[in-house]
Amino acid sequence: MKLTSRASGLLMGATIIAGMMSAGQSFAAEDTIKVGILHSLSGTMAISETTLKDAMLMLIEEQNKKGGLLGKKLEAVVVDPASDWPLFAEKARELISVNGVDAVFGCWTSVSRKSVLPVFEELNSLLFYPVQYEGEESQRNVFYTGAAPNQQAIPAVDYLMNEEGVERWVLAGTDYVYPQTTNKILKAYLVSKGVAEEDIMINYTPFGHSDWQTIVTDIKNFGSAGKKTAVVSTINGDANVPFYKELANQGIKAEDIPVVAFSVGEEELAGIDTGPLVGHLAAWNYFQSVESEANAAFIETWHAYTGNDKRVTNDPMEAHYIGFNMWVKAVEKAGTTDADAVIDAIVGVSVPNLSGGYSTMMPNHHITKPVLIGEIQDDGQFEVVWETPGLVVGDEWSDFLPDSKDLIADWRAPLSCGNFNVATGKCGGKGIN
Amino acid sequence: MIFSRLFSGGLDRRVLLLLILLVAAAIAVPVLNLAVPPSSSFHMPPHAVALLGKYLCYAMLALSLDLVWGYCGILSLGHGAFFAIGGYAMGMYLMRQIGSRGVYGHPVLPDFMVFLNWKELPWYWYGFDQFWFVALMVMLAPGLLAFAFGWLAFRSRVTGVYLSIITQAMTYALLLAFFRNDMGFGGNNGLTDFKDILGFSLQAPATRAALFSTSALMLALAVVATARLVSSKYGKLMVAVRDAESRTRFLGWRPENIKLLAFTISAVMAGIAGALYVPQVGIINPSEFAPANSIEVVIWTAVGGRGTIVGPVIGAIAVNWGKSWFTAALPEVWLFALGGLFIAVTLLMPKGIVGVWEQWRSSLKARRRVAPVPPAEPPAVSPSGPAAAPVTGPALAARPQPAE
Amino acid sequence: MILRALCLILLPLLLVAGTARAQDPSLAEIAAKFATAEKFDQTEALVRELGATGDPAVRPLLEALGEGRLQARKSDGAVYIVEGSGKNAKLLDPLTGEEVPDASASGLKKVKVNNGLRRVIRDTLSSLTLGAKNPQARLSAASNMLANPDPAMVEALDAAIAAEEDPAVKQRMQEARAAAVLQSDLPDAEKIAAVEVLGSVGDRNVLSLLAAVEAKSEGDLRRAAERASNNIRSVLAAWDAAQNIWFGISLGSVLLLAAIGLAITFGVMGVINMAHGEMVMLGAYTTFVVQGAVQSIAPNLQDWSLAFALPIAFVVAGAVGIAIERGIIRFLYGRPLETLLATWGVSLVLQQAVRTIFGPTNREVANPSWMSASFEIGQMAITWNRLWIVVFSLAVFALLLFIFNRTSWGLHMRAVTQNRRMAASMGIRTPWVDAFTFGLGSGVAGIAGVALSQIGNVSPNLGQGYIIDSFMVVVFGGVGNLWGTLLGAFSLGIANKFLEPYAGAVLGKIVVLVLIILFIQKRPRGLFALKGRAVEA
Repeated sequence: MKLTSRASGLLMGATIIAGMMSAGQSFAAEDTIKVGILHSLSGTMAISETTLKDAMLMLIEEQNKKGGLLGKKLEAVVVDPASDWPLFAEKARELISVNGVDAVFGCWTSVSRKSVLPVFEELNSLLFYPVQYEGEESQRNVFYTGAAPNQQAIPAVDYLMNEEGVERWVLAGTDYVYPQTTNKILKAYLVSKGVAEEDIMINYTPFGHSDWQTIVTDIKNFGSAGKKTAVVSTINGDANVPFYKELANQGIKAEDIPVVAFSVGEEELAGIDTGPLVGHLAAWNYFQSVESEANAAFIETWHAYTGNDKRVTNDPMEAHYIGFNMWVKAVEKAGTTDADAVIDAIVGVSVPNLSGGYSTMMPNHHITKPVLIGEIQDDGQFEVVWETPGLVVGDEWSDFLPDSKDLIADWRAPLSCGNFNVATGKCGGKGIN
Repeated sequence: MIFSRLFSGGLDRRVLLLLILLVAAAIAVPVLNLAVPPSSSFHMPPHAVALLGKYLCYAMLALSLDLVWGYCGILSLGHGAFFAIGGYAMGMYLMRQIGSRGVYGHPVLPDFMVFLNWKELPWYWYGFDQFWFVALMVMLAPGLLAFAFGWLAFRSRVTGVYLSIITQAMTYALLLAFFRNDMGFGGNNGLTDFKDILGFSLQAPATRAALFSTSALMLALAVVATARLVSSKYGKLMVAVRDAESRTRFLGWRPENIKLLAFTISAVMAGIAGALYVPQVGIINPSEFAPANSIEVVIWTAVGGRGTIVGPVIGAIAVNWGKSWFTAALPEVWLFALGGLFIAVTLLMPKGIVGVWEQWRSSLKARRRVAPVPPAEPPAVSPSGPAAAPVTGPALAARPQPAE
Repeated sequence: MILRALCLILLPLLLVAGTARAQDPSLAEIAAKFATAEKFDQTEALVRELGATGDPAVRPLLEALGEGRLQARKSDGAVYIVEGSGKNAKLLDPLTGEEVPDASASGLKKVKVNNGLRRVIRDTLSSLTLGAKNPQARLSAASNMLANPDPAMVEALDAAIAAEEDPAVKQRMQEARAAAVLQSDLPDAEKIAAVEVLGSVGDRNVLSLLAAVEAKSEGDLRRAAERASNNIRSVLAAWDAAQNIWFGISLGSVLLLAAIGLAITFGVMGVINMAHGEMVMLGAYTTFVVQGAVQSIAPNLQDWSLAFALPIAFVVAGAVGIAIERGIIRFLYGRPLETLLATWGVSLVLQQAVRTIFGPTNREVANPSWMSASFEIGQMAITWNRLWIVVFSLAVFALLLFIFNRTSWGLHMRAVTQNRRMAASMGIRTPWVDAFTFGLGSGVAGIAGVALSQIGNVSPNLGQGYIIDSFMVVVFGGVGNLWGTLLGAFSLGIANKFLEPYAGAVLGKIVVLVLIILFIQKRPRGLFALKGRAVEA
């Protein structure tokens, strides 16, 4: 039939186009090593992630100036997953199987990471994830260079408890998995330290919440019970500006009710007048104000690269800095970019971090970091008021959650397991199967 | 044979061509992917299979929207909700299939419930380990929601923009609800980390190819169903409601029932699309409920050509392919391109791609004919809706004016 | 405690002897030690030492330390108060407050403070300022003592009350004294009197003080405390309700501002304007640009930058609106749903344009001083920026109402929207009316952006956050009716805020959405439905 032949012709055409579409880009010159950058450049997360894309491009350029890697130049492949979570998976697949990248640096939100995990597992590639997150995960193909809860939340609470004598706690967060988990961990931790249940108030708000009047008033009322009160904020990026503006306008001073935030860095403060916020706190593993030679050099390169000496640096950028250097070192050590070889080589690799020390990749694919507590200054920077005496190892499975306290991760042979149960001696959670 | 019967039932040639294409793709893609060696230039890489499968699900969603918008004049700005609900039903099944292979190794509870300290499975998760139940829920859940919503809205004669906005309110409310971790649907992370479906590993190329074929065949089925529906008596009534609701009512019909039927069928179709979508992309999360997503579906339909059957399919595939391509090729400025495309399509191609094709064809025909005969074709020749009809002549009076 | 005890002894002395005292030479020695203090507890010890001298001369030093303006050089132990920044920085002597002319700024480092230290400084200062000349300073000292009562201060307060002449300050001091008495081990009779005094204050701090008294006392005192706290509770409950209504009005005014431009473009003209949110965003970015310009051209007019921004934002957003209308929408009249697609495209383009020009991150728009901080009415805190936004939104509404009902332009607009062909036959130039009506709607969205930049983010996503709410408000209120939009905005705002304490922010919002859906079933054309044939067209 005439129709069918035309149809099959069309189909053939379609497949050829599809084939070309997929093959076309992989014909590119073979003498470069490709690095994928998977950060949203549009949509709601662009506000945070675009900077990381720039930071990665800078790091790659710097590495090329030093002569590249294994005698080849590095080539960045940038895609825009547009803050659309299924698109993250699609783009990850495209980066790995179409563009043939050897490692991907990317993702911000937990859901984007969860979305790409199966892809990295299936195609056996490498993901460096630079953002603080809720823990409860350790995957063979993923390297978590951001903070686990024990590298951020718990030291911050310790600080408030010991240094500021806080007895009453407001745990305020955006209603998604990172605050939920962090608050679960913190609540268990606080209760274990003898804080009464009625001295803990937990509050969740939707993404992008903009009307904070009621909640700030609640915090104020909760804080006027005669005990020293603090707010532990896991409020997500966008909602922070109206939150802090409301705090400032309702006259909540850091001396009375300090707010310690885990998602507010230099980048977020750039959108707020910090004058009335002086003294509120943030816990990170890096601040731009940290005094070290590595940091000074990094900031200088960053300003030169962006051509703007007002651009701030922040903690996730440092995480990419560490992650990228670790990958470079591991590739040099393994002599190849092959994923399996790099995964084996990278454990134990130490590179300088920006706060003047060294960070090491641990067998659980998390890294060691110092924990710094900073107070907001009126110039939009933080001043370090406390830091952990040594480095803290990222604890992927929290000791304060009943179902995860027996689990550990160790990706070295012979264990090679992300959820080994020390109680049953088996890999695979409770080890029932 | 089956085609010839459909043909006699009034399917026009374009729909038939689409069906043949879909069936051919359902066979050819797995072959090109699995049987042809990767070295061959005819090999279909696995990511392309996944991508095409995703587009087909979107196409089905667009088709379902076209049924209510193009044929019945109901502009739903909340169709993404039905898609997402179907997806969640399938996601729950896939979660239950993980069993004790989750990171905590809990035999029943999904991982997100374990670490948020849930002690037992909420009641609404029961039954989702059975595929037949899920298959039922994939259709029932969105269908019931659409029925309840439509029953309320159409009986009280909420029309036009008001209806569009409350469908948007519905999907927005669902978005907020599914974001809540207390709802027991995994909050913002949604459902993910699926292992297998009906016992087949989701990572295996064969499963992916099979999923693709299923999507293609289901879309073909949906196309047939839509085509049959719109050419039936109900279809004519739907068009009547779209073009002149009051007149239809005065003629003794009950527009609310006709609309309700179309809306419910459409929601079921969207639910099935969602269910096919989830195993192919590997995640379902509340952002699928986002009002912007539903608006995008409207745009696909408009770009392809609403009130036609092939239009939404073409539109969905074209726009999404464009999006995939732009986000990789022009990551920094692709929104300019996409936004510009929407403006251009609305201004220059008000009837979508199909309309442009139509115009081109008719001008070609007119040139071929020696005498400038006015294109007074009998209505039976263009049953695929007024948008496919020629611009001049009596069809002009019946120009679609849905939702206003 | 030691500090307090010392103050106790010193303060009466100070009050009697006045503040004219010879400079204690040891002050300079203590001040110099700030240069070598490395840890916070060392600095804290120095602050206490300074406080213990009881000399008001240390006030500027302590204030500067609290504000982070005290700088020191380790090598030679020089300590200065730094005023200004960069090249204009002046180095002042920490004790005399006079400029040190030939001091070198090199090697100076800020003396670090943290929250705990700031608290110590504040308490120290408040004990030093009870006898200050400025009544405002005395008032804030007394307020601080009321909030952080310390039994050791009772006698110091007694002395201060005796010397006080300003009635308001005296009142506050008496309250602070009462709070301190409650914490002390003075006899019950004295405490009952204190309870009476505090009963009239009635805020939450007092409530917790009274609760502590209730817990550990018996008899008359306990009964008095119970009575007082019950009183306070019932008063507070009334204030809470008032506060909720205020929050609702304030949220309503935000919704009104966001929606009122849409009430024109969508409500009156029937254009489903998905780019409305981006007009708001343009207004906000205009504010940002104007503030930057004012900062560099005339820094002393900074507080008025919003006033400059308003007309500019109106013109910018209005011009973009007219361009959109002339370029795109005029081809789409009669096809309202297609305006949805085209304006959606416009919104994507505008968002990306702003992202390209200004970058994807938030931009800082500062609150002018008259829009910062809050004031209290009874137990209700009202922030100035919210109050001004309520006033502003109502002013914009009144102005629009005037334009629509009292000007010939408004008459033309109404005529064109009600019956385009008839209006054209009457000689109205409908294309121009269309363009300017759309421009007006967009311009109003622009000035809404100026106001909204004061309470939220200024980012490329700003518009997306308001668009859905705006449509809800307009549809709920009834398309085509400005009064409907007003009532819709305020009823949604108040409903939201009343639900929030019970259901939480997320659930509250869901409930409101469901209520809107159900309401539309009841009144399919919103609160204020237009009547007549025109509606069906």
